[in-house]
Amino acid sequence: MSLAVIHSGVLDLLQDSGRFGAHRIGLTNGGPLDPEAFHYCNRLLANAPGSTAVEISFGGSHFRAQVDTYICVTGAAMPLTINGVEKPLWEVHRVAAGDDIKLDFAGRGCRCYLGVADGFTVEPSFGSTATVTREHIGGLRGEKLKSGDLLPCAAVNTRKYLYLAAHLQPHYQDMVTLRVIPGYQQAHFSRLQQRRLFSHAYTVSERCDRMGYRLEGPAIACDIDGILSEGICFGAIQIPSDGQPIVLLNDRQTIGGYPKIGAALSLDAARLAQLRPGGTVHFAPISPHGAHNALHLAHSVASRKPLLERHP
Amino acid sequence: MELLSAGENALILYLGHETSPAIAARVQAACAAIELALAADLVDLVPSYASVLVIYDPLRTDHLSVGHRVRLAVASLGETASATGRTVTLPVYYAAEAGADLEALAQRAGLSTAEVISLHSGSEYRVYAIGFAPGFAYLGQVDERIAAPRLATPRLKVPRGAVAIADRQTAVYPAVSPGGWNLIGRCPTRMFDPAATPIMPVAVGDRVRFEPISRQRYLALGGELT
Repeated sequence: MSLAVIHSGVLDLLQDSGRFGAHRIGLTNGGPLDPEAFHYCNRLLANAPGSTAVEISFGGSHFRAQVDTYICVTGAAMPLTINGVEKPLWEVHRVAAGDDIKLDFAGRGCRCYLGVADGFTVEPSFGSTATVTREHIGGLRGEKLKSGDLLPCAAVNTRKYLYLAAHLQPHYQDMVTLRVIPGYQQAHFSRLQQRRLFSHAYTVSERCDRMGYRLEGPAIACDIDGILSEGICFGAIQIPSDGQPIVLLNDRQTIGGYPKIGAALSLDAARLAQLRPGGTVHFAPISPHGAHNALHLAHSVASRKPLLERHP
Repeated sequence: MELLSAGENALILYLGHETSPAIAARVQAACAAIELALAADLVDLVPSYASVLVIYDPLRTDHLSVGHRVRLAVASLGETASATGRTVTLPVYYAAEAGADLEALAQRAGLSTAEVISLHSGSEYRVYAIGFAPGFAYLGQVDERIAAPRLATPRLKVPRGAVAIADRQTAVYPAVSPGGWNLIGRCPTRMFDPAATPIMPVAVGDRVRFEPISRQRYLALGGELT
């Protein structure tokens, strides 16, 4: 029993919440680029948090159910159709064996999560099903999905038709402000250089992927070229010698030798990952206290957002 | 000791700013002490040459508590952290057919290939860091006479098991990957095997010796020459 990939999209990857505790053998985190949308996908389906779903980047994917179950799609505005009939995102839908599920290309944002009731049942590697193609680990073969793949999932007959009210859904824009905790080699960037980063707009370049988003804008100078290789945390903002910042995301290398000016808040990095080349990025400094307050607040707000039930 | 913010869920601890066995021993001891001190609040640790990145769960604890516990744990180590770690011997088939840059490296160093092999296999190396790719261990330091800069144009495909030198570091490529290090031989031991226990033959803090082996022995140990 499974969901068949009839036509894979640009980049479809099986993801759970990510791989943790394996940095010491060189494995990165992987996991959903937009954990908020991923979280709602599982919550709407009444799945265990972190159940495996498909992360669909940009769209263009076509699946066929080979089982009776429920699905839900959350994230970027990708037109969803089931047997040609348009269906809303952020809502649980019934599918029967033989049904066609299609996701067209995204209007706003660029990542969606397609989940099924009880999640896809994939064997974890190093404690996680997250696909990291650079490492050839996770998912089905450590690779992106391709046409003909079968995504194993169970037949499920009991789910509520839950949805998230439109006014509670995130609105993806083409501009993001990244709150940054100054840290790492911050002291090697002069006050002028730091002010430059925090007072100019940057543009997402063509070189943006699950490893990191390379930005273009006023170059930031650092008074050192490189450092002894050290651990890189999620969201770290690396400044290579050309001065163009790179925000390092889920599939980043675990260690590296470029200076870093700080790290972006995960809440904002999730929005960054919904931007496409050409999107605008601003930086704003935040203290570690402020960052932790923002995280707890977001967590609390999310847990109190009510899910409504539709009675078809 | 210097402890700085890295991000919303991480602090970075610096125990020095250069590559040395003494600092590496402190990095290793600090990792063990931090693991004990943070217990379930710890998500992951990334030890490297002279630093430890401490990743915690910011929904369970905060940077002040983590910083306090890390400081106490590291202060209690004293100045003479003793190195534990094992010594691992890795067999290497050193030859031009197994290491495309062996002859060029020897020529550049003004040595014979036999001298390069003897210098490379004559030292004991420390595992300073693991990263770049799953199972890629940075070993140091090679004798200054055989230190060599990275290639101007990295190769698109370095074979699995390639033994290589970059500056004063050496490594065994755990899998086929692009790479710009100077290739001097091949090691038949799998450096990263998800199906094996342990997954990696080495860990940060271990010491590594290279043992020259013949072509015949290399092939008998499962080595490939493609």
